[in-house]
Amino acid sequence: MIEAKELTKRYGDTLAVDHLSFEVRPGQVTGFLGPNGSGKSTTMRMVMGLDRPDGGHVTVSGRRYHDLPWPLREVGGLLESKAVHPGRSAYNHLWALAQTNDIPAARVDELLELVGLAAVARKRAGKFSLGMTQRLGIAAALLGDPGVLLFDEPVNGLDPEGILWVRTLLKRLAAEGRAVFVSSHLMSEMALTADHLVVIGRGRLIADQPVAAFVAQSSRAWVRVRTPQPDPLTTALVGAGAQVHLEADGSLVVNGLAAAAIGDLAAGLGIALHELAPQAASLEEAFMELTHESVEFRAPGPGALSTIPEGRP
Amino acid sequence: MVAASPAIGVLPPGRFRFSGALRAEWTKIRSVRSTAWCLLATVVAGIGIGILASASEASRWRNGGVINTLLFDPTSVSLTGLIFGQLAIGVLGVLTMSAEYGSGSIRATLAAIPRRPVVLGAKAVVFGAVALVMSEAVSFAAFFIGQAIMSGAAPTATLSGPDVLRAVIGGGLFLTVLGLFALGLATIIRHTAGSITTFVAILLILPLVDSAFPAKIGWPIGRYLPATIGAAMTSTTSQGAHADFLPSFPFWHGFALLCAYALGALVIGGVLMVRRDP
Repeated sequence: MIEAKELTKRYGDTLAVDHLSFEVRPGQVTGFLGPNGSGKSTTMRMVMGLDRPDGGHVTVSGRRYHDLPWPLREVGGLLESKAVHPGRSAYNHLWALAQTNDIPAARVDELLELVGLAAVARKRAGKFSLGMTQRLGIAAALLGDPGVLLFDEPVNGLDPEGILWVRTLLKRLAAEGRAVFVSSHLMSEMALTADHLVVIGRGRLIADQPVAAFVAQSSRAWVRVRTPQPDPLTTALVGAGAQVHLEADGSLVVNGLAAAAIGDLAAGLGIALHELAPQAASLEEAFMELTHESVEFRAPGPGALSTIPEGRP
Repeated sequence: MVAASPAIGVLPPGRFRFSGALRAEWTKIRSVRSTAWCLLATVVAGIGIGILASASEASRWRNGGVINTLLFDPTSVSLTGLIFGQLAIGVLGVLTMSAEYGSGSIRATLAAIPRRPVVLGAKAVVFGAVALVMSEAVSFAAFFIGQAIMSGAAPTATLSGPDVLRAVIGGGLFLTVLGLFALGLATIIRHTAGSITTFVAILLILPLVDSAFPAKIGWPIGRYLPATIGAAMTSTTSQGAHADFLPSFPFWHGFALLCAYALGALVIGGVLMVRRDP
């Protein structure tokens, strides 16, 4: 269990993390979402006791990281793929870490087997591909069999097979009762792995809720309706309080009324429906909508361009 | 419930200890090639340049080129190469810390041992032990080989001579302690190239700058420089009656000053390590 309270980190004049409070509970995968540069990595480093918060605090299993008696046996972290000396073998990298926390050498062999690096365990880590380096980082995180795990963008640079492997592993670790905290800037990735979401933008908490609730709350849920009689149906729908928009292909996009209610309304009027399709906003759309205001660097949209005065020399 | 791995066993009592950090640092220092290269360079430079210097002195004596026989110090001549061996030991000291920052592995290290002074202390002990064994071996080897080369041509020294054993052991101590200074420097600077450049500047460039000043100004400053202290520690004639010929401190004063430099760099490095984010 990770508990962050009012966590704050400042770099010069910039607030990288701004009074952030959240919890990561055992038995589920908690996705940590935010655009690039929103403070996810900084937050994770503060959880791991690497970066010192300028305000607030964060505890793991009820203790500050510095006070954990056997840190690797409580918390495992994959903070960045390149945390390995390029000249050291995978085995020696893990063995040195294991020795700090009295973890037996047998566990190193076990993990090299688990992440599929047993065959290259004695090779220099600098020769590893990105995927192999990532697997080594995951092995290091799992070394102490910890109950709390942090993964910062674990699928970055992995091939489809590797991505699937990481997703399966994360779910399995959570199913074993561990608290799993995974960051990503890709909503679609979280849709497939996370049970719960902590969404931040510019270091501030935007949402902290189950994935399903996050999608449901999005204002973008709508229904696509096709009918040979769009005009009377539109009048009836607007009368029932819905917003209706006629698309170029002749279909109606209805906001504010559930599919069942639309169907009932049409049946009552004797209007035939050729299509009645509820459209859940994708997680990606919900994410974009939420973080829209908090993206630090954004290309100016068409609106921004149109403000340039026209017809001036 | 968290499924326990059969290999990991139960949570041991107490907390992580310094001994675990020591074992980890020992694994690290012997599992990278740069350690072997630095130690090889220490041997080649320390003994090799000693051989060249001894051979050159031997031929000067044969050809009657030696004017000041009073100041001739066969011990010091055979240990001439140590200052160059010092460069290699210094690089090893720097890499022990800077390679962690360069590769990012410092974060894995500090996640495993959140107490920074424990990490720095373990590195200093392990590097110090490796450096001491290697430096003393090189110093004694350089002495014996150098004396063998000069014997028959020039006066030679034996370990039983006045101050000779102290000078030979002192050569190894000089290399070790200044290596620890380099480790402290790298903890402060955190970059390999910057740390090595600074170390070389302090060891080799500052004496050149100092020698450009008139002796009246240069000598009082120069005797604080590590290279001058090293030269004095490995010499038998700079002490006692001949002390006026070199702008140096007596052996134990010099050695204490060197230890203070190393300790100072390590303490500043340790404080910065606690304060700064890795």
